Amino acid sequence: MLKYTLKRILWMVPVMLGVIIIVFTITFFSPGDPVMNILGSNNYTPESYAAKAAQLGLDKSYVEQMGTYIWNLVTKADLGRSYLTNIPVSVELANRIPVTMRLSLLSILVMMGIGLPFGILSALKQYSVTDFTVTALSLVMAAMPSFVLALLCALFFGVVLRWLPPTGISTWRHWIMPVFCTAGGGIAVFTRMTRTTMLDVVRQDYIRTARAKGLNENIVIRKHALKNCMIPLTTLTGAFVATIFSGSIIVETIFNIPGMGTYLLLGIIGRDYPIITGSIFVISLLVCTVNLFVDIVYTLIDPRIKAQFISPKKKAKLMDKLVQTKGAEAQ
Amino acid sequence: MTAVETSTNRTMPADADSEPIKKKSMLGEIAKRFTRSKAGMLGLCVVIILVSMILLAPVITRYDYAFQDPANRFAYPSPQHIMGTDNFGRDIFTRLLYGGRISLMISLVSVVLSNFIGIALGSIAGYFGGWVDLTVMRLLDILMAIPSLILAIAISAALGSGTFNTILAISVSGIPYSMRMTRSTILSVKTNDFVEAARATGSKNFRIIVKHILPNSFAPVLVSATLLIGTNIMSISGLSFIGLGVQPPTPEWGSILAAGREFLRDFWPLIVFPSLCIFLTVFGFNLFGDGLRDAIDPRLKD
Repeated sequence: MLKYTLKRILWMVPVMLGVIIIVFTITFFSPGDPVMNILGSNNYTPESYAAKAAQLGLDKSYVEQMGTYIWNLVTKADLGRSYLTNIPVSVELANRIPVTMRLSLLSILVMMGIGLPFGILSALKQYSVTDFTVTALSLVMAAMPSFVLALLCALFFGVVLRWLPPTGISTWRHWIMPVFCTAGGGIAVFTRMTRTTMLDVVRQDYIRTARAKGLNENIVIRKHALKNCMIPLTTLTGAFVATIFSGSIIVETIFNIPGMGTYLLLGIIGRDYPIITGSIFVISLLVCTVNLFVDIVYTLIDPRIKAQFISPKKKAKLMDKLVQTKGAEAQ
Repeated sequence: MTAVETSTNRTMPADADSEPIKKKSMLGEIAKRFTRSKAGMLGLCVVIILVSMILLAPVITRYDYAFQDPANRFAYPSPQHIMGTDNFGRDIFTRLLYGGRISLMISLVSVVLSNFIGIALGSIAGYFGGWVDLTVMRLLDILMAIPSLILAIAISAALGSGTFNTILAISVSGIPYSMRMTRSTILSVKTNDFVEAARATGSKNFRIIVKHILPNSFAPVLVSATLLIGTNIMSISGLSFIGLGVQPPTPEWGSILAAGREFLRDFWPLIVFPSLCIFLTVFGFNLFGDGLRDAIDPRLKD
């Protein structure tokens, strides 16, 4: 178990290294000259250009620049400085990560909190009016990109009805719309998946057995069906992490939330490559970490997986115990 | 066994006429099942109506999408301008119709491109297995660590805006998914007896993949491609919305929406109608894809 977890954590190192290389390469070979951008396209001399390039380390070769970047990142957690504001990217990101994390994690919670009960309800009353309504609504929600949902919500609840503040993050009321809009598509797909999983589970033999032995329907659903539903649904949650994070990036810009998304956008508008590279790397790192966490939770709650990673010593002990109890029962 | 027969028939021209009948019946079966699904048919109708409106744009509307009428800015929907006019006095309905051309074109081309590369790489990985598979999958792990929309944003930011660059960005971000899909399908198809038979008759690897394995794994790939059209439209409009992707004055749903955002407080048509377009298109393609999946493989249906 520990071995598996360690292996997964260690595997993240080459993956993250690969991500840096890919993102660095993409931004490195892009057209547009950062030095020209800083100095302005018509007020520089060859000398001042060369000096600025040397100061930023942009006169070195591709491999050297990438080496320095990775070295600084690994040893000093330094992601370079913004070309335009000269503020270290890591400092700026450190302020913004909690905001985006809060938005994304709240959205994941909302997604599960809404998707799970409605999916189960819809599966238990298959082909009823409730089921039809839930399915239709989730189909509608799934076809709405988060930013479209966000704009429509901002228009309807923020401007027309004036129920919720359209921008900012100062009170909890400011968070309602961003969280729901980021979760929107996720809620839809999660509801459908819950429904499918639940339909699959309630057809299993052990559910029939539970019913046959006269258990209360409530207990059958809660104790037998739901528990077995949770395992595939946990893996699914992992798949949504990336979607929710990238959705939150665009939603942030609509509600003026000072998170990583608005920062990334600043970098894109100003062609400020350290910001772009740094933000994308950190977003990928966060997504991978949350995914890793989900995977570990998954192995913890699924006894079948847990059994695979049990150490041989422990296994032998358990087998002995099993034999003993079996023997005792036989006597 | 039937699969072995059809695959050998293909090399024998004498029996060529028996094959189309068989194929037709399978397609007919799928079509029959598809027409029975109400949601799938609704999706197909939405798609057909939208696509024909977009293609017939010059017939439907008499305005030019770039024609500015400064005297008539921010007009609310009226018989002359059924969706009103924007901040430059341009007809919103016309701009949405022509914008749909760009969105649909980019989306379709990207689906084809990313599936072409994804299928090629995925079938190599799935068919050969071993270290080839391991290497490709490990590289894929790295690519999948970057969320696909973020990857598209990165590529698009680096390449700059424009139709061609957007196609490239969206295609690359779609490759990992079609590759995974193809690989897993091929892993299950390649264990079939007809693959063994083809190998026994001396077929080369390339021939086995292209002639025997791919035709038998087209169904799930086709379904995921249909669903990818909708996803791509969302990504394209997202890119244009944040200022990458397609730039004004070229009309694109996302960039129209971005322009509308500035007038959120005062002028609703510039938000509501582009949103509706994106929603309806994605909705149509999703329903169509779902229906197709259920029709091709009824076992997948709940």
